[in-house]
Amino acid sequence: MDKGVLYPDAGGLYCPAGDFWIDPLKPVPRAIITHAHADHARAGNAEVFAATPGIPVLDHRVGGADTIAACDYGQPFELGAARVTLFPAGHILGSATVRVETDEGTWGVSGDFKRAPDPTCAPFEAFACDTWLSECTFGLPVYRWPDTSEVIEEIIDWWQGCRAQQRPAVLFCYALGKAQRVLAELHGRAEGPVWLHGAMLPLTHCYRAQGLELIETSPVSEAEKGYKFAGDLIMAPPSAAGSPWMRRFPKHGSGFVSGWMRIRGNRRRRGYDRGFVLSDHADWPALIRTAHDMGAKRVITIHGNGEALAGFLRDQGIDSEAWNLRQTLSPASA
Amino acid sequence: MKRFAALFDRLDRTTATNAKLAALVDYFRQAPAADAAWAVRFLTGRRLKRLVNTRELREWTVAASGLPAWLVEDSYEHVGDLAETMHLLLPDAQKNKPSPALHELIEQQIQPLRQLDDEARKQRVTELWASLSGTERFLLNKILTGGFRVGVSKRLVTRALAEVAGVDSSLIAHRLMGRWQATSEFFQRLIAPASDDDLDQATPYPFFLASPLEDELEALGEADEWQAEWKWDGIRAQLIRRGGQTFIWSRGEELMDGRFPEIEAAAQALPNGSVLDGEIMAWRDGQPLPFAVLQKRIGRKKPGPKTLQTAPVAFLAYDCLEHKAKDLREQPLSERVKALDKVLARADGLHRSEIIAFDDWQALPELQAQSRERGVEGIMLKRLASPYQVGRKRGDWWKWKVEPYTFDGVLIYAQPGHGRRSGLFTDYTFAVHDGDELVPVAKAYSGLNQAEIDRLDRWIRNHTRERFGPVRSVEPVHVFELAFEGIQPSPRHKSGIAMRFPRIHRWREDLGVADADCLEDLKKLLPDLPR
Repeated sequence: MDKGVLYPDAGGLYCPAGDFWIDPLKPVPRAIITHAHADHARAGNAEVFAATPGIPVLDHRVGGADTIAACDYGQPFELGAARVTLFPAGHILGSATVRVETDEGTWGVSGDFKRAPDPTCAPFEAFACDTWLSECTFGLPVYRWPDTSEVIEEIIDWWQGCRAQQRPAVLFCYALGKAQRVLAELHGRAEGPVWLHGAMLPLTHCYRAQGLELIETSPVSEAEKGYKFAGDLIMAPPSAAGSPWMRRFPKHGSGFVSGWMRIRGNRRRRGYDRGFVLSDHADWPALIRTAHDMGAKRVITIHGNGEALAGFLRDQGIDSEAWNLRQTLSPASA
Repeated sequence: MKRFAALFDRLDRTTATNAKLAALVDYFRQAPAADAAWAVRFLTGRRLKRLVNTRELREWTVAASGLPAWLVEDSYEHVGDLAETMHLLLPDAQKNKPSPALHELIEQQIQPLRQLDDEARKQRVTELWASLSGTERFLLNKILTGGFRVGVSKRLVTRALAEVAGVDSSLIAHRLMGRWQATSEFFQRLIAPASDDDLDQATPYPFFLASPLEDELEALGEADEWQAEWKWDGIRAQLIRRGGQTFIWSRGEELMDGRFPEIEAAAQALPNGSVLDGEIMAWRDGQPLPFAVLQKRIGRKKPGPKTLQTAPVAFLAYDCLEHKAKDLREQPLSERVKALDKVLARADGLHRSEIIAFDDWQALPELQAQSRERGVEGIMLKRLASPYQVGRKRGDWWKWKVEPYTFDGVLIYAQPGHGRRSGLFTDYTFAVHDGDELVPVAKAYSGLNQAEIDRLDRWIRNHTRERFGPVRSVEPVHVFELAFEGIQPSPRHKSGIAMRFPRIHRWREDLGVADADCLEDLKKLLPDLPR
């Protein structure tokens, strides 16, 4: 059977024409890494290709800067018999989608992407392809994002509410991407400093070093002993919730910034006071719009439970199926 | 509706009890009485009679959202709450539509749905969806689907109302009992400073609830300060005789008139102005019958002669809350039981729940160990000096239940939970060996901690064998110890048995599938049912 331009194997998503893997699951000789999040970027690859603006963050996360080839957006390069081009994905700083052109056709592969504006990264760029491999993290129509500015307004209101009660406001979000996006959105709209958990410091530094304007920040570790953070905003990764570190913020209010907060039960279960619906992924309408914008005859959903999106696109006459890249690793289906 | 939605948001955005209390107090102080009455009704867990069924709601959601029906179903399975799913799928409402008052919405828009034909109902609901936005629309859907859990207890609502009214919360609790309509007059009475004299004569008293005994018996103090009774496995009920009428209330505040004619007949002999607390039991010849027999009567609104014959019931009284139209609740138990004996002396058909004679604490464990043979759940311990309090107040009433039965079962099916557990596989089905087969015997939802739930959820996702709608069958690997209260024969289940109140005791990672129990052994616990 014709396996196509790319197919899943034990290493992840493999391109035989170019002999490379995209976001490989284990060390491989040659990798294209779409962005620095841990479920896409892993250490140990001999040769890595990544988008230029993403290199500092990628180097911080997985190291090996000397093995990484910087690729400018929109500039094609040859890998074996394949012509590869990276395009901005709009997901986080330096994130990319991948266009792979071979004799068998042109395929587009998303790592993760979004269509909503984000001051910390270049906006998503659509390109024409025959087959579009789309992430599908939020692949159900219940996921529709409100305007970013409304959500930022909500965050500021909540922070002010905590300030009026002289309580610390602890805002949880992912340390890479979301945190800096929120800091950039707050820049010019609120007064800093915003206190940062240690896990967010080097990444935030990477962003600043690339000239991005963020609201003033201070490391929590540099606060004076006994300081109560009353009325201050503190940002921390979700892993800090419930840890002893939180004892520094007596009577704090808590919020979580994530697309998952669209569902009330997700927030209630985690015990956050507030959920702020702000995601670095495409929502349902954006997933569908993008599938059309790419002009693809065939759409394959990856990352996430893509059955619903694939089914919906099929109903619209687009050849579509769901791939589970992780499953190829399990012994049962090997 | 705006104000009620704002209250909901305030309640939903904090886990702090004091913040919730403050939000409720603010609302009850500011809201018009007609709206506040409905808010009280919903927040205390009283639902509207269902006016539209969920099938219709789904169909209308399909129509209004333009999504295929299967995708609406997939979304519901993912979200785990129909009201929320509909809200999230529907197109955004038109901006700047005026928001109706809560009581107008319910009385003029929602309640009249009952009289409309299918098409008109669909139109009315679809219009409401298009006119309400955000939390207001979510709450509309909650009202339409019936459930209304927002993380406030009835007790907290009672406390807030007591603060607004400036009266004791037990008085508010009493006023919230029984039958009432959500009207502005009701709300005015609810927060009135006056006494309870003008309450409806059917109004029951709030039940006093016992807490599980945790300490040694000796820690309770002197044995002669306590009364011991059998803990019956029946329906807790309040029997009221006032103005020549009888009312029987369940603990869930359901009026059970007509369901237990033999008790109503016996209650005719009670003097007016009598209120008894006790247990409805399946009962014959002075002996309790298995709970399965009582179940034949539960939900049967007008039992026929055959049911009355095969499943006879009795009222076992253990407390007297009102005697000669006088509220006795502040008097000590020792006095109230004297009143109880007086009224029961005149009503032959009602039974006295037996008091267990014991001289010292050492005598009780042996008696408690006889519970299963006697067909009771254990022993109740009540302080003789105790007043009849409101709700679950620790200290004076303790329930000392026998240890539950346990068995080891294999997880074979899982299904996502609802509400707070939506999107997580938390509803489990367990099986035991029957020859070469594994046959399902129990469903359980509770007993694991969050870390275990998360771990099991991940495992289930990675080890799914088949999907049947939301249900997944998984590889039979994990063994759990389950507790349960008893077993009844059940022709509806493949195993032939039904368990009472199964729940997970612990995850037995030390056991393999072969170590799980056999159906045959469980069946040995079946009671000998009367023919």
